[in-house]
Amino acid sequence: MNRPLLEVRHLRIEFPTRRGVLVAVDEVSFTIGPGEVLGVVGESGAGKSLTGAAIIGLLEPPGRIAAGEILLDGERIDRLPHEAMRRIRGRRIGAIFQDPLASLDPLFSIGQQLVETIRTHLPLSEGEARKRAVDLLQEVGIPAAARRTGHYPHQFSGGMRQRVVIALALAANPQLIIADEPTTALDVSIQAQIITLLKRLCRDHGTAVMLVTHDMGVIAETADRVAVMYAGRIVETGPVADVINAPKHPYTVGLMGSIPSIVADRDRLVQIDGSMPRLNAIPPGCPFHPRCPRVFDRCLHERPDLMDAGSSRAACWLYDKVPA
Amino acid sequence: MKVLAETSAEPARSEARPAAKMPLLQVSHATKVFDVSPPWLTRVLGRAPRALLHAVEDVSFCIRRGETLGLVGESGCGKSTVARLIVGLYRLTSGSITYDGVDIATLASGRGDRTLRRKLQMIFQDPYASLNPRWRVADIVAEPIRAQRLARGRHAVAARIGELLTQVGLAPADGQKYPHQFSGGQRQRISIARALASEAEFLVCDEPTSALDVSVQAQVLNLMRELQQRLGLTYLFISHNLAVVHHVADRVGVMYLGRIVELADKRTLFAHPRHPYTRMLLDAIPDIAMSGKARTPVAGEVPNPLSPPSGCAFHPRCPFANDRCRTEIPALRADAQAEDALVACHAVEEDRIPQK
Repeated sequence: MNRPLLEVRHLRIEFPTRRGVLVAVDEVSFTIGPGEVLGVVGESGAGKSLTGAAIIGLLEPPGRIAAGEILLDGERIDRLPHEAMRRIRGRRIGAIFQDPLASLDPLFSIGQQLVETIRTHLPLSEGEARKRAVDLLQEVGIPAAARRTGHYPHQFSGGMRQRVVIALALAANPQLIIADEPTTALDVSIQAQIITLLKRLCRDHGTAVMLVTHDMGVIAETADRVAVMYAGRIVETGPVADVINAPKHPYTVGLMGSIPSIVADRDRLVQIDGSMPRLNAIPPGCPFHPRCPRVFDRCLHERPDLMDAGSSRAACWLYDKVPA
Repeated sequence: MKVLAETSAEPARSEARPAAKMPLLQVSHATKVFDVSPPWLTRVLGRAPRALLHAVEDVSFCIRRGETLGLVGESGCGKSTVARLIVGLYRLTSGSITYDGVDIATLASGRGDRTLRRKLQMIFQDPYASLNPRWRVADIVAEPIRAQRLARGRHAVAARIGELLTQVGLAPADGQKYPHQFSGGQRQRISIARALASEAEFLVCDEPTSALDVSVQAQVLNLMRELQQRLGLTYLFISHNLAVVHHVADRVGVMYLGRIVELADKRTLFAHPRHPYTRMLLDAIPDIAMSGKARTPVAGEVPNPLSPPSGCAFHPRCPFANDRCRTEIPALRADAQAEDALVACHAVEEDRIPQK
């Protein structure tokens, strides 16, 4: 296989607080190939958004990368100075966030924002940039694009705004897009439109995507591979069909079973008792052990790393080939 | 008993349950119009017209004792307004809502029957906003008990609080804590305990799990089902998530721009959706089974409710719309093929929609 486009190795994100250091993301490693869609799924507080923010260098202080490295095209980007990172952001890595209104400046028209972004990253004249802006808006399915460049964000509906944000993310033809819950704030019918659009654009442009979401359905529709996060760690990773149809880690099994389905008629949903641990009280050993239905001695003391489990990899002692 | 149900408008206060067929809640032609006009001076100087928002328009349905009616729709379709009308947080513009034979309007005005009012309780979406952060959980749960004088004396009240907290899967000792010490799922349990504190029989649940993670959502949905079976509760369950509604509901109503467009038994609705909007919603659910079916996302978005389209409100997005749909508002009527399915669609009535 070719060199991965993005490689994250042993990433650790900490928040120093007065009462000690909180570790929000720990030992997270994954790769994304060119044009590949990696879904990162997990519940609130799992560390999935922080991982995305660390990659584009938008970790909010006091959060900091305490260990590990992030490589884009074989080049380290986690230690770059502010200015250099700013050039990468937008040019080589685009970003789409949950709330489109927060990603757009309410005081500038859509056209101005697009032209500014395009000219920051590409050597184009004002007129060329303007033309590219209209083309982009057309491509993301905004009707009467030329006329709408003069409109302000508040004049667009939620779905249309998210299309504008996608156009902004694609403005400089980045190799990778970090999409953090891009459809969560939208209604189901609009969500379907945005997913279809994102899939089509990334296929056409060969853009890789790191899709961060809590919605397994969105992952199933969009991703090639998936990484499931729990309490700051990846607990399972593999091809999306394998993880969804034959989950290995007990957490993934529970998570899949707890999703109501319109196909199956079930009396009870699978229930994972308890809740995700707080950052200041992550249990020793496997962080999932207090909630795990298949817990045994070893889980209480030793922390499992990702190990082979069929076609996927799971961080669970159940799949250890060499018994302790 | 039959005679009583037919002739008397009085609530059945005896221990005898009314016949199962008799609806517990009956909503008839409910309409709610909000006046969202600009201030008077702006209107006069700027010649701005009055703006009336028809949030709920001619909505009728009934809920039988012990069943769960799911109400689905996208944001702005009026489903939450229906919830608030039922519990009396809004007043009807026209139409009527009766609970156990008694008109809710008399309850909403404050002169109503207290015992009936306490039987109707609501669970809100945001468990962070619906619990007073300065009160201990025990006081939150005790408030309806004290207000309704359902238990006398400190010990009786404390015992009842403990019982309620246990019922929703918390410990009696949790009563001494404050809401911020609980996670979202636990807070929603506290909301449920508070609703049950007044010995409610009917819970209006407005997106009760939408703010929760899926594994926590599963815990709350399981709890709600257990309580329904144990206490014989009746639910109106409002959600934008079709899969959740499929899981909890017996019958499902689909709303679009203030009106119910389809109302049917859950199995009928999900197996044979009739209204084009219902079909579109079902198509739009991300396919977790990964059957690889191609989706046809419907173009367009929900129109501005201040200036809804003429005729059937769905016609601009509907692939089957014709001139009649553009001019005439379709009524909710029984489908020719299935009596338990009500549909408001000219195309369905005229059998213009090709079967899938």
